[in-house]
Amino acid sequence: MTEQREKLLQVKNLKKYFTISRQDILKAVDEISFDVYKGETLGLVGESGCGKSTTGRTIIRLYEPTDGKVVFDNHDISGKLSAKTRKELRRRMQMIFQDPYASLNPRMMVKDIIAEGIDIHHLAKSPKERMERVYEMLETVGLNREHANRYPHEFSGGQRQRIGIARALAVDPDFIIADEPISALDVSIQAQVVNLLQELQEKQGLTFLFIAHDLSMVKHISDRVGVMYLGNMAELASSDEVYEHPLHPYTQSLLSAIPVADPNIERSRERIILEGDVPSPIDPPSGCRFRTRCPFAMDVCAKVRPKWHEVEKDHWVACHLHDEEMKTEKA
Amino acid sequence: MSHLLEINNLSVKFHIFGGTVQAVRGISLNLNKGETLAIVGESGSGKSVTSKAIMGLIPSPPGEIATGDILFEGNDLVKYSKKQLQKIRGKEISMIFQDPMTALNPTMKIGKQIMEGLIKHQGMTKHDAKKRAIELLQLVGIPNPEKRVDEYPHQFSGGMRQRVVIAIALACNPKILIADEPTTALDVTIQAQILDLMRDLQKKTGTAIILITHDLGVVANLAQRVAVMYGGKIVETGTLDEIFYNPKHPYTWGLLSSMPKLHAKTDKLLAIPGTPPDLSNPPKGCPFAPRCPYAMKVCTDHMPEYTEMSSTQRTACWLLDERAPKVEPPATIGVGGSNND
Repeated sequence: MTEQREKLLQVKNLKKYFTISRQDILKAVDEISFDVYKGETLGLVGESGCGKSTTGRTIIRLYEPTDGKVVFDNHDISGKLSAKTRKELRRRMQMIFQDPYASLNPRMMVKDIIAEGIDIHHLAKSPKERMERVYEMLETVGLNREHANRYPHEFSGGQRQRIGIARALAVDPDFIIADEPISALDVSIQAQVVNLLQELQEKQGLTFLFIAHDLSMVKHISDRVGVMYLGNMAELASSDEVYEHPLHPYTQSLLSAIPVADPNIERSRERIILEGDVPSPIDPPSGCRFRTRCPFAMDVCAKVRPKWHEVEKDHWVACHLHDEEMKTEKA
Repeated sequence: MSHLLEINNLSVKFHIFGGTVQAVRGISLNLNKGETLAIVGESGSGKSVTSKAIMGLIPSPPGEIATGDILFEGNDLVKYSKKQLQKIRGKEISMIFQDPMTALNPTMKIGKQIMEGLIKHQGMTKHDAKKRAIELLQLVGIPNPEKRVDEYPHQFSGGMRQRVVIAIALACNPKILIADEPTTALDVTIQAQILDLMRDLQKKTGTAIILITHDLGVVANLAQRVAVMYGGKIVETGTLDEIFYNPKHPYTWGLLSSMPKLHAKTDKLLAIPGTPPDLSNPPKGCPFAPRCPYAMKVCTDHMPEYTEMSSTQRTACWLLDERAPKVEPPATIGVGGSNND
């Protein structure tokens, strides 16, 4: 990745709050910033409730952002949009959902599911062209033409996920948000779908935001990985860097918590086992949100929210342990 | 020769609308005292049905144990009446379920849910049972047990609920604990806590564990022996090291190489093409043959017999027949000790 990288998506201080009741506000995503470069796969990982799915859904405007900016291809798409730009945006950004059983309308035939976007965006001039496009999509994702006239219930989970991918691809998007696209699938099928996504990316130059909790799969598919914790971004770097030199204590413990399918490694490993559970995002800890579980927590962590900054080139982290200013202040 | 649990030629069928699903097709397994046996396989491979058969929890109808026996300390559980089974369940053999959100009764205090088994099986008084319940909560690492014992499940987080489920399962010091995907619904950091707890408790109590999972990482972490199930059959069994470092069955190869490695670089995952067989119309031969890259003619027609690879490893594959061509396992499963990072 030495060539000039073009930013396809810029997320700046994005916030998404949900009002639970008059007193309670759930801060699902609280000031996160990152860029997605053209043609890359950015992985977002974190435990349930960390805001990774909310981030994806807010970018694509399934949720209205509370604050912050989302810039897609040099257009600010976080404010009020005209119907026309909104429609164009929806064509260029597509989403693949987690549950292949819930994300396909059981009463629609596969061809109509795939062609729905084509119809809405008037991408086909004739019924014949529409069907040609559907067939092409089915073949791209490894299904057959004959599948076009069937209903979703006739397919297995892996095949349904392929239909979901075909639907996303049908409108010729640039950017795809894949929200846990494989976590509902069996191991051997997961590998099939991941390989398909990678092939498609190579062929069509797609950009992916890949949201998942399975760190080993995220490492495999992503060029860069962002680690989220309780609505904040803890660390962001190239996937090798995150896995080999994690800086944030949360990333470190998350990595050490994954059981590895290798008995010798498992027997000899020293684990950092985190105490306790993730605090509620309704009333998150002050300062650094990870401090209640952090083995290295200092006084400053409770008072000041750590700055999101670039420690090394392309390695971002939000932690007082790696904040130069903090270090000099102490010295 | 006396195993704690011995399953011989067990078959379980479900009679459903439009046919019969042969969920488990003639499997044999044994479990020794104090060990952890992992049963791995994909959804629909029959691993959960096997565990339910051991517990006598196959709903009948539509389910039916067609053949085989399940010997627990020499007694055949298949022949047991409902009443006899009730005396075993929760006392001698207990179970941890996958989803801690639904395994607990939301309208009952968790203390009461733990006490239930103690009062029923061990004839404890309410007072003693409550004391024991508090001890158990302490044992599974729930802070402030005196207070939490009177709380309801919704007041606990997912990881904490799974701890409560484990406390219930261990209340009567069972000889066998069946853990059906005990950590699948949990986050990784919580999963690490629960796996740690289970290993710890096993050391303390000497309970044998049957671990049912699809996550090979969890297997490597917890198990001593592994049985790989596919299409209602056990295709390979062996010790942990044998299965991970010297697997002989192409399905085991496929499973191991379709997982991305955290400690090594993989360009492309070796996916297993196709989908698992439909067990309402199971294949005549080896169930893996339609997806197996090495399948021969014989594979689709005849189920292979087990070949004894060692005193502990058995594999059902025609490739191990002396007439078959020699096949090397793919290099991608090379998980060996070459990790220096």
